Amino acid sequence: MSLDLATTRRIAKLARIGLADAELETVRQKLDGILGWFNQLSEVDVEGVPPMVGTEMEALRQREDVVTDGNCQAAVLSNAPEKSGPFYAVPKVVE
Amino acid sequence: MLTGLTLTQAREGLAARKFSARELAKAHLDAIARLNPKLNAYITVIPEADVLAAADAADARYAAGTARPMEGLPVGVKDLFCTKGVKTTAASKILANFVPPYESTVTARLLDAGSVFVGKTNLDEFAMGSANITSAFGSVLNPWQRKGEETVALVPGGSSGGSAAAVAAGLALAATGTDTGGSIRQPAAFCGIVGLKPTYGRCSRWGTIAYASSLDQAGPMTRTVADAGLMLEAMAGFDEKDSTCSNRPVPAFAQAVGKSVKGLRVGIPAEYRAPGLSPEISAMWEQGIAWLREAGCEIVDVSLPHTKYGLATYYIIAPAECSSNLARYDGIRFGERKDAATLDGVYELTRAEGFGEEVRNRILMGTYVLSAGYYDAYYLKAQKVRTLIKRDFVQAFEQVDVLLTPTAPSAAFAQGENMADPVQMYLNDIFTVPASMAGVPALSVPVGLDAKGLPLGLQIIGRHFDEETVLSVGGALEAAAGFAHTPTLHAEAGA
Repeated sequence: MSLDLATTRRIAKLARIGLADAELETVRQKLDGILGWFNQLSEVDVEGVPPMVGTEMEALRQREDVVTDGNCQAAVLSNAPEKSGPFYAVPKVVE
Repeated sequence: MLTGLTLTQAREGLAARKFSARELAKAHLDAIARLNPKLNAYITVIPEADVLAAADAADARYAAGTARPMEGLPVGVKDLFCTKGVKTTAASKILANFVPPYESTVTARLLDAGSVFVGKTNLDEFAMGSANITSAFGSVLNPWQRKGEETVALVPGGSSGGSAAAVAAGLALAATGTDTGGSIRQPAAFCGIVGLKPTYGRCSRWGTIAYASSLDQAGPMTRTVADAGLMLEAMAGFDEKDSTCSNRPVPAFAQAVGKSVKGLRVGIPAEYRAPGLSPEISAMWEQGIAWLREAGCEIVDVSLPHTKYGLATYYIIAPAECSSNLARYDGIRFGERKDAATLDGVYELTRAEGFGEEVRNRILMGTYVLSAGYYDAYYLKAQKVRTLIKRDFVQAFEQVDVLLTPTAPSAAFAQGENMADPVQMYLNDIFTVPASMAGVPALSVPVGLDAKGLPLGLQIIGRHFDEETVLSVGGALEAAAGFAHTPTLHAEAGA
């Protein structure tokens, strides 16, 4: 299947990457080429094969449900592009 | 001469008080000042006063008899590991001014072992690349040059290209790298040094900026196999903060080097004799086989039938995980923000301008393969093929102890080569990606020079959590090859 411009635009929207119309076509061509290369996987028979999630070497562990971190507000906010008192500041989202 | 030592030699020299940690640190800072403007191996050099203070503390420990395994040894840190109070960029504009308020587990362990950090090494943006040309802070130059074509600028490989160039050129005794599909091993081969990707789970990923979490693994980049063992011992170990980090005990890896390899079975995978493999690489591989046979290994032909699907599988799974991991860069809590009228506008502009082209493309590719309607055809399919790739390795390791292959399909190429077609660039990782997919440990050892005087590496792949056998065989290969070449651009060359 080949990638069209509308799908490319939808993907860019989902990924929250703002692309101008001129850039969209360049991206579409690049991605379409790579997707074509992926088609080789269609020849692999995966009937009954389970998907590999992570490398399955370690079982997930549990730990006590206790606080192990905190009281570091200044550190947490130290890289904020914009802050207001003890908060991150963002453009208005509710009209 | 201090910048040409191995970690082991430097440790002995310091312990015998032949030179001080301060002299050792100063020699490296001087070499960086001289060569880094050309090589661009470091994005950030740690201020001299801080480096010398750490070195003085190491000297005090040697005097007091309390020196630790890496005490006073100058180390470069890939700029993907968060370092407390030291700018950490992932070579991206979006993190250009990010100063972590915490230390990654791997770097914390190295500091606890006494290492002296000299700087943060350059890389491909967010570790995505095989030539170190996607860094927002400029490309890294390979310190090696082609004989007769000295003006041609060669790439150091990637993504840990700055670490590889720094170790090769004498700007650090060793450096940390991270490997997702070959990012330690391929640059190590291109720069004539040793690079070890440990088993997935051997080193904690906590505080290492994520690219593809099911593949990312930290490892040492050094001048000798014994050094790789020594440094891995300091880096590895259980960490509660990474749920995929193994709680197996950390063996004395350095002691595995020098152990006899007599009777070990070495597999040669038929599928790695890829069509188009350079005759020089083939010949070097044959030479490696001969050396190991002479060392008493038994050579066995094996098959890893799904090898050829490794790359396509990798370039579905890694971008999928990348699109998810990099969603955090939204310009709100840290990093660069571009202002716009709406919140969505802030996200879109921040991410369009903050990420470079390769990173944007991988995020978009990952978003596509995870999106409704395509998930089963691409992502789920790739995860199933990954199971088959891992089974190939598990089955091969029922017959043999390690596998021997080339590390990369060519020697270092020139800046500008392999750039037009992304798939052509991805082929660089053809021999390294399968071990990453399977999660097994793999080591690149420099074994010789090609006709143009560029280093070539061979790769030893081992069983899950059997880095020791990998290091033993690597040590045997290193001893047989006797690789003692240094690049043209080197701290101790002419100058």
